[in-house]
Amino acid sequence: MGAKEENGDGEMDQTVKKYLRGEAANLEGLQDKKLKGQLAIREELYGKSAKAAAKIEKWLLPSEGGYLEAEGIEKTWRIKQESIAREVDILSLRNQYDIILPELGPYTLDFTPNGRYMAAAGRKGHLAVVDMKTLSLIKEIQVRETVRDVVYLHNELFFAAAQKKYPYIYNRDGTELHCLKEHGAVSRLQFLKNHFLLASINKLGQLHYQDVTMGEMVGNYRTGSGRTDAMQVNPFNGVVALGHSSGTVTMWKPTSAAPLVKMLCHPGPVSSLAFHPNGHLMATSGKEKKIKIWDLRKFEVIQTLSGHAKTLNFSQKGLLAAGTGSFVQILGDFSGSQNYSRYMSHSISKGYQVGKVLFRPYEDVLGIGHSMGWSSILIPGSGEPNFDSWVANPFETSKQRREKEVHSLLDKLPPETIMLDPTKVGTVRPARKKEKKPTKEEREAEMEAAVEAAKDTDIKKKTKGRNKPSKRAQRRKEIIDRAKRPFLEHRVEEQETFRKKHKTNMETEMPKSLQRFVRQKAT
Amino acid sequence: MKVKVISRSTDEFTRERSQDLQRVFRNFDPTLRTQEKAVEYVRALNAAKLDKIFARPFIGAMDGHRDSIKCMAKNPSYLKGIFSGSDDGDIRLWDIASRRTVCQFPGHQGAVQGLTVSTDGSILVSCGSDCTVRLWNVPGATLADSDNLSDNSAKALAVYVWKNAFRAVDHQWDGDLFATAGAQVDIWNHNRSQPVNTFDWGTDTTISVRFNPGEPNILATSANDRSITLYDLRMSSPARKVIMRTKANSIAWNPMEPLNFTVANEDCNCYSYDARKLDEAKCVHKDHVSAVMDIDFSPTGREFVTGSYDRTVRIFQYNGGHSREIYHTKRMQRVFCVKYSSDASYVISGSDDTNLRLWKAKASEQLGVVLPRERKKHEYLEAVKNRYKHLPEVKRIVRHRHLPKPIYKAANLRRTMIEAERRKEQRRKAHSAPGSVVTESIRKRRIIKEVE
Repeated sequence: MGAKEENGDGEMDQTVKKYLRGEAANLEGLQDKKLKGQLAIREELYGKSAKAAAKIEKWLLPSEGGYLEAEGIEKTWRIKQESIAREVDILSLRNQYDIILPELGPYTLDFTPNGRYMAAAGRKGHLAVVDMKTLSLIKEIQVRETVRDVVYLHNELFFAAAQKKYPYIYNRDGTELHCLKEHGAVSRLQFLKNHFLLASINKLGQLHYQDVTMGEMVGNYRTGSGRTDAMQVNPFNGVVALGHSSGTVTMWKPTSAAPLVKMLCHPGPVSSLAFHPNGHLMATSGKEKKIKIWDLRKFEVIQTLSGHAKTLNFSQKGLLAAGTGSFVQILGDFSGSQNYSRYMSHSISKGYQVGKVLFRPYEDVLGIGHSMGWSSILIPGSGEPNFDSWVANPFETSKQRREKEVHSLLDKLPPETIMLDPTKVGTVRPARKKEKKPTKEEREAEMEAAVEAAKDTDIKKKTKGRNKPSKRAQRRKEIIDRAKRPFLEHRVEEQETFRKKHKTNMETEMPKSLQRFVRQKAT
Repeated sequence: MKVKVISRSTDEFTRERSQDLQRVFRNFDPTLRTQEKAVEYVRALNAAKLDKIFARPFIGAMDGHRDSIKCMAKNPSYLKGIFSGSDDGDIRLWDIASRRTVCQFPGHQGAVQGLTVSTDGSILVSCGSDCTVRLWNVPGATLADSDNLSDNSAKALAVYVWKNAFRAVDHQWDGDLFATAGAQVDIWNHNRSQPVNTFDWGTDTTISVRFNPGEPNILATSANDRSITLYDLRMSSPARKVIMRTKANSIAWNPMEPLNFTVANEDCNCYSYDARKLDEAKCVHKDHVSAVMDIDFSPTGREFVTGSYDRTVRIFQYNGGHSREIYHTKRMQRVFCVKYSSDASYVISGSDDTNLRLWKAKASEQLGVVLPRERKKHEYLEAVKNRYKHLPEVKRIVRHRHLPKPIYKAANLRRTMIEAERRKEQRRKAHSAPGSVVTESIRKRRIIKEVE
C-alpha cells in the first residue's frame, strides 16, 4: 500500500511538473521586498493551480486512451488490421476502410484540427470534402488541373488547394473564393493556425507567407535551395521547416529573409519531415534509407532508424508513422526514453504507392493517401482521448464554430511572435554588453602579435634553382606586410574621419575670408 | 491480445434537448495549446486597448450651489446621499443617483467650514466661520421621493455658539462625541452646548481633525504650524506630535488598517504614516503639481483619492508612490474636497466652480448589474493585463493619460528641478570625504522632528 502510494505520488509529481511549465523563478537575488512578496505569492498560486490541474487529469477526464497489448509470444507489429477488427466495437470498425479511386491519381489528405472533416485531393484534379463522423461526402469537385496539395484553413469552411499554376481557396460548397496569384506554382502548402498564415513553397524555391484574414503578403523569401517537397510547420512554435535536396533542413519565420536554423541532416536529399506535438522532437528521412529522430533543443540526433520513408507523421500521443512503397510502419516509444521501436505495421495492396500518412486528431485512426485512393486504419493509442472544447471540439455545432472563429481572430498572433523558443515572449531580454573599442595600446599589441605570428610561418623551400636568398627575404617581407595591412588601413581610416570632422569644425569656426588658410593647414 | 480504441458515442458528448446547455469538456494539457504565452500577450494588449476605449469616468455634475464648495460629508448608513457645504453658508443634501438636491439646510451666516454625520446617520453636524456649530436632523425615509422638486429646508436641531471660528469638524466612529478644530481642538457632546473637553498644544490654528475608525478615542489633527498631532480622549493631554516642513491640509485614516493614516500636504505630496512610529513616513505619494487639498480613503483601504489645488483629482494605491488615475475637466477649477463613496465605486469631488462632480473609481468599469459571465471575463482580462503590464507595448497603453497642458508643463518643470537637486547632491557626495555628506531618505527628509 505504501509502495503504491509512493508510485502514485511519483506520477503525480510528473504531471504537476508538466503543468508547472518550467522552473520557478529564483527570488533570492531580489532586493525589492515588495516585489519579492508579490512574486512569492504568485509562485504559490502557480503551484496550487498545477496541483489542481494534475488532480483533474487523474480523476475528472472522461475518456481513457486506446492501447494494444500483445499476449504471450505475439508481437504487436505482426498484428494485422483484420485481427484488430475482430476485437473492436462496431463504431470503431467504421473507421477502417479503403476507398479505391483508380483514375484520379495519388491522393493527399488533410484533417481539420478537431478531426471531424477531411479534405482529399487527387493529383488529376479531384477535390473532395468528407465528414468523418457520418462518413458522408459533403462535396466533391473536379478542377481539371493538377492538384499537388490540399490544406484546411482555420475551420472546415475553407480549404486551399495547390493547383497547377496557382493555389486556390475554396469554400465548403466547392465555390472558388480566391486565386492566389503571387504564390506561383506551389508544391506544398501549410497553414499556421494561431497566426492565420498560409505558407507555401513553390517550384522555384520561394517561400510565401500570406495572412488569410486580410490577404496581405507577410513575407516572400527565396530559399536558395531550389524545389522541395518536404515542408512541415512545427505546431509548437510556428516555424516552417523545409527539407532540401542537399540534405539540409532549414527553418523559417515570416519576419526574416534568412533561415533561423540550417542543419545538415542527411547525406542525400531529405524526403520528408515531421514534428512531435511537444515541439522537441523532429523526425527526418533521407533517400539513403535512414530515419533520424532529432532533439530540437540541442539539434542533436537522438536515434537513427533504418528504413525508407516517403512520408512521416507524428500522432498526438507521439507515435511515428512512416510510409514507403505500399508499406506503413508505426513506431512508438514505450519506455518514455525517446527510443522509438516498432509498434505496428500495415501493408496495403501491392502496387499501391503510399503518398501521405496523416493521423486523425483525437481518434485512434491513421489516414493513408495512396496512388489508388485513400485508406484508413486503426492504430490504438495514437490519439488524444480527451479533447478540450475550447481548443478543438469534434462535436462542434455551427454556433460554436462561429464563436470560435471570432475568438481566434481576436487572439490572432502577429507574425513577429514566431520564434524558436515561444516561451521567451514576456521575458526580459538580457542586456547586451556594448563592445568596447580596443584602445590604442591594445591595437598596437594586436598588431605586434599578428606580426610575430606571421614571422613564425614556415616558407616552403623551392627547388630547381628557384630558392634564391633575395627572393626568400622578399617573400618573408610580403607575409609580414600582409599581416600588418588591416591595422594600417584601420589607422588610415580613423585619421581620415578625424580630419574630416576637424576640418568641418574648423570651417564653421573661421570667418569666410580666412577659410582658405584653414584648408591649407589641413592638407 | 488486448485492444482498445477510442470510440466516443455522440450522446455522451452532446446535449439531449435544445433547452439544455451545451456540454463543455476541458483538458488542461499544455501540449494541446501551442504558443500560450504569445496568445496571452495578445489578449493583454487587446485588454489594455479596450480599457482605454471604455474609460469614461465622468458621470455627471451636481449643480446648485452658488459659491465654492468647501466641505463634504458621507452618511455612513445611507449610500445614496452626500452632504456638501459652501462658502456662502449653504448646506445641501444630494441624491447621487439622480444628481439633485434633496434637502437644504439654511442657517449659517458665513462659510461652512466642516460637515460630518453621526454614526447612525441621523444627525448632521456643521461648523462655520460664524463661530457656530449647528446640529441638523437628517431627513430619513423621505429621501426616496424625488418627485418633490422643490428644495426642502430643514430647521436646525441645535445651534451652539462658541468663542472662535471653526475650521473643521469630525464625528467619532463609535460614540456620540464630535471634535471641532479651530483655535484649539474641542470635544463636544450632542446634548451639551459647550465643549466637554479642550485640547491645546501650540499656538496656531488647527485646520483639520479626524477620528480613528478602529480606536474611537484617538484622533489626529493638523495645524498651521506644520504639525500633525495625535490625541487620545482618555488622556487629558495630547499624545504625540510630528512637525513637517510644510503644513498638512487634510488627514485620512485607513479604514482597513486603522493604525495608518495619510496626510495631504501643501508640498504636493501625500505622506502615509504609521501612528506608532512617526519619525519616518511609510510611503510618499508624489504626483500632484500643486498643494493637495483633501484626501479620502476607499472603504477597502486599498486606495485613496486626493483633490488638489491644481484642478485635478487623483487616485492612489495605499502603498504606491504614483497615482493610478487622474481625473480632470476644463470646467473643474480648484478641487477643495473629495470623497470616496462607501461602496468603493465612485469618487465625488467638490470644487471652486460650485459643482460637485461624480466620477467612477475605475474608469472603464461597467456600471449596473454585471452578469456572472461578464464579470468572469472582466476579471480574466484584468488578470492577463496585469501579468503583462510591464512589457513596453502594454505599459505604454496602460500608463497613457491625457494631461492638461499646464499640468504637463508643471510636472516636467518639477521633475527637472528635482533631478537637478538630486544630481547636485550626488556630485557633492562624490566630491567630498566619504561619509561626510549624508542623504536622508525622502521619507524622513520632510519631517523636522517628532515630539512626545
